[in-house]
Amino acid sequence: MTQRVKFYQTGTFTVGNRLLDADSRTVQATLDRSNSLTSGHRACQGCGEALGARYAMDTAMRAAGNKVVAVNATGCLEVFSTPYPESSWQIPWVHSLFGNAPAVATGVAAALRAKGRTDVRVLAQGGDGGTVDIGFGCLSGMFERNDDVLYLCYDNEAYMNTGVQRSGSTPATARTATTPAVGAHPGNTFGQGKNMPLIAMAHDIPYVATASVADLHDLEAKVTRAMEISGARYLHVHVPCPLGWGSNPCDTVKLARLAVESGLFPLFQAEHGAVTDVTPIRRKVPVEAYLRPQRRFAHLFRKPPDTESLAAIQAIADRNIRKFDLLGAGGG
Amino acid sequence: MLKQVEGSQAVAEAIALCRPEVICAYPITPQTHIVEGLSKLARTGELGNCQYINVESEFAAMSACIGASAAGARTYTATSSQGLLFMAEAVYNAAGLGLPIVMTVGNRAIGAPINIWNDHSDSMAMADAGWIQLHAESNQEAVDLHIQAFRLAEQLSVPVMVCEDGFILTHAYERVDVPDPDQVDRYLPAFEPVQMLDPEEPITMGAMVGPEAFMEVRYLAHHKQLQAIDVIPELSAEFETVFGRESGGLIKPYRTEGAETVVIALGSVIGSIKDVVDELRDDDVAIGAIKVVSFRPFPLAQLRDALADAERVVVVEKDLALGLGGIVASNVRMALRGLRTPVYTVIAGLGGRPITKQSLHRVFAQAGADEIDDPHFLDLDLAVVDRELARAREKRRSGPIAENILRDMGLVGGKLG
Repeated sequence: MTQRVKFYQTGTFTVGNRLLDADSRTVQATLDRSNSLTSGHRACQGCGEALGARYAMDTAMRAAGNKVVAVNATGCLEVFSTPYPESSWQIPWVHSLFGNAPAVATGVAAALRAKGRTDVRVLAQGGDGGTVDIGFGCLSGMFERNDDVLYLCYDNEAYMNTGVQRSGSTPATARTATTPAVGAHPGNTFGQGKNMPLIAMAHDIPYVATASVADLHDLEAKVTRAMEISGARYLHVHVPCPLGWGSNPCDTVKLARLAVESGLFPLFQAEHGAVTDVTPIRRKVPVEAYLRPQRRFAHLFRKPPDTESLAAIQAIADRNIRKFDLLGAGGG
Repeated sequence: MLKQVEGSQAVAEAIALCRPEVICAYPITPQTHIVEGLSKLARTGELGNCQYINVESEFAAMSACIGASAAGARTYTATSSQGLLFMAEAVYNAAGLGLPIVMTVGNRAIGAPINIWNDHSDSMAMADAGWIQLHAESNQEAVDLHIQAFRLAEQLSVPVMVCEDGFILTHAYERVDVPDPDQVDRYLPAFEPVQMLDPEEPITMGAMVGPEAFMEVRYLAHHKQLQAIDVIPELSAEFETVFGRESGGLIKPYRTEGAETVVIALGSVIGSIKDVVDELRDDDVAIGAIKVVSFRPFPLAQLRDALADAERVVVVEKDLALGLGGIVASNVRMALRGLRTPVYTVIAGLGGRPITKQSLHRVFAQAGADEIDDPHFLDLDLAVVDRELARAREKRRSGPIAENILRDMGLVGGKLG
C-alpha cells in the first residue's frame, strides 16, 4: 500500500505511469496537456529532440498556467516544426537566427516586464550547435544579466540539421561529416569540446541541470523546478539522433539511458553554481555498451578494435563518475 | 525647449520623449553618448517603465530588440560602424520579420584600417537590408527624424534607421529645440503592433518559407518601402503642423531654381555645400543643392522631377563601393535613367577627412566646366598613393599598406585633421 514505486519495476524508465499516483504521472499522461509541439511535424523517426522538446515545453506550460512564449534558435527543431503553414507550435513562438535565441528571449522578457506581464514566462531553446557554439556569446550574456529566461539545450552532439558536422559538443572519436573516420586518429579529436552545464554554473545563475530523454519523469521534474525559479536558468537535455549517430530509431531512449548509465552523461542539478542533486547510476555499464550500437563509433570496433580510444573514453566516464559521485556515497 | 546641447544628448532626450519600452545598449564610438544619456534617464526614472538592457554585443543588441519588438514593445537601440556590421544578420532579420525597431546609426568608417571618424560606409553597407534609412543634416533634424521614425516604423511595421554623422553631429554642441512631451504625445500614438507574441493569441513568427512563397514575401517588403515614399512626406507635413517646423521628408532642394549644376549629398555635409552654393550664387553661378533625407526608400521619381532642369549633377558622397565608385551616384543615375544628364561622383570625407569649402569650390568649378574625372576622389594625395604602389612593385614582401603610408607620411595613426 505504501510501498514506494520505482520506475525500473517495469524494466525501463519509460513506462510506469499507471503505477503512480495521478499527481505524479507525467504531463503527457494528462488529457489537458497543452500539446505545445503538436503532432504532424517532420522530425525523423526516433528523434530525441522532438521527444525532449515536447515533454519540456508541455511541462513548462503546465507550470506557467499555459502562459509561455518560446524563442527558438535555427536548427532541426525549428525546421521540422515550422514548414509554414504547418506550424506545430500551439504557443506563441518566434524564430530569429541561429546564434541569437538567448538574446531574443532577453528582449521578450524585457518587453513583458515593461508591460507588467509577470504572469508570462519565457523559454528559449536550441540544439548544441546553436547553444555551445554560435549562440554561446548571447547565452553567456543572458546568464550574466540573470535575465528571466529558461534556456533549453537539446544536445545531440553535432550539427544535425546541416548534415551531421562536428560541434563543440561532439564527443571524442565520433564520426561526423567534418570529423571523418579516416586517418591515424579517426573521428573527433580527444581533448576538445566544452561542457556547457559547467560553464553555465560558472555564471552563478540560479539553476542549471542536465536531463535526458532516458528519464522523462526526471526531465519534467527539472523543468518544473526551473519554472519555480526566476532569473536565468539552463537545462541541458541529452537527445540521441538516429540520423547523426547512425543508430536504430527504436533505440533512442535506450541509447540515452546507456549514456547516463555509463557515466558519459551525468544527470545533476545545481543552484547558484553548486551541485545540489545527482542522479546515481543504477546499473553501471561499460562505455562500450553505449558506443557499439552507434555507427558514428563503428571505427572503434574494427578488427582489431581501437582499445586505446575505448580506454580513453572509459576514462572520461570514470572521471565523471568520480567527479559527480555517480555511484553514490563515494562508492564505485 | 531651446537649449545648447550635445547632439547625442539631444537625441537621447528625444528618444525618451518617444516613450520606448525597451532599450538595448552596447557602447561603440561615436554613438556611445546617446546610450549613456539614455541610461541616466532610465536610472532617474525619466524613461518611465522602460527596460534598459546592457547587452554583450551589437548582435545581441539587435537580437534583444527583435525579441522585445516581437513581444509588442516600442524598442530602440543605437550603433555605429563595426557595430552595425556585427549585427548585420540581425539587422536583416528585424526587417524580414517586419519589426518596427528604431535605431540610430552614428555614421563612422569601417575598418580595416580601424578608424573611428565619420563617413557613410556603415549605413551604406546595410542600405538594402529592408530598413528605412533617414539621414539627418543637423542635430535639430536628428531629433525630429527620431520622433518621425517611431511613427513611420510603427505605421508600416518596418524598422527605421536614423543616420547622423559621427562626431560632426553626435559630439557637436548646437542649439536644439527639444520638443515638449505633450507635443510628442500628440504626434506619436501608443504602439499598436500588427503582430505580437501573446499567449492569448499564439502565433508562429519566423517560420521557414520555401521557393514557393519567398519571392512574394520579399516583394511585400519592397512594397513597404514604396509605401514609405508616400508616408514619409505625410508624416513630415504632420510634424510641421504639430511642432511648427519643417523637418524630414524625402528630399530637400536648396536654391535649385534655374540651377545648371545640382549637388546632391546626404547628412551634415549638405551644410557646407549650401554655404558654397550661396557663395557661388553671389558670383552668379547657377548652382543648387539637394539633400537626400530618405536614402531608403530612394525617392527616384522625386529626384528625377527635382533634377529635370539640371544640366549636370554632382554627387558628393562619403562612401566608396570598391571596384565601382559611388553608391549614392549609382542610385541617382537610376533616378535619371534614360536622360543624358551627366552625373559626376565625388568621393569625399572618407574616415573623417575634412570636406572644406575650398575643396568644394574647386571640385564644383571642375564639374561646372565638365572637366572632372569620375569618380573624383576629393583631396586624394596621389603622391602618397604612387609611392606605395612603387614600393609594392619593388618588393614582394612590401608589408601592410596602412602602416606603410603612415610611416611614409610621418603621421601618427589616429590623428585627426
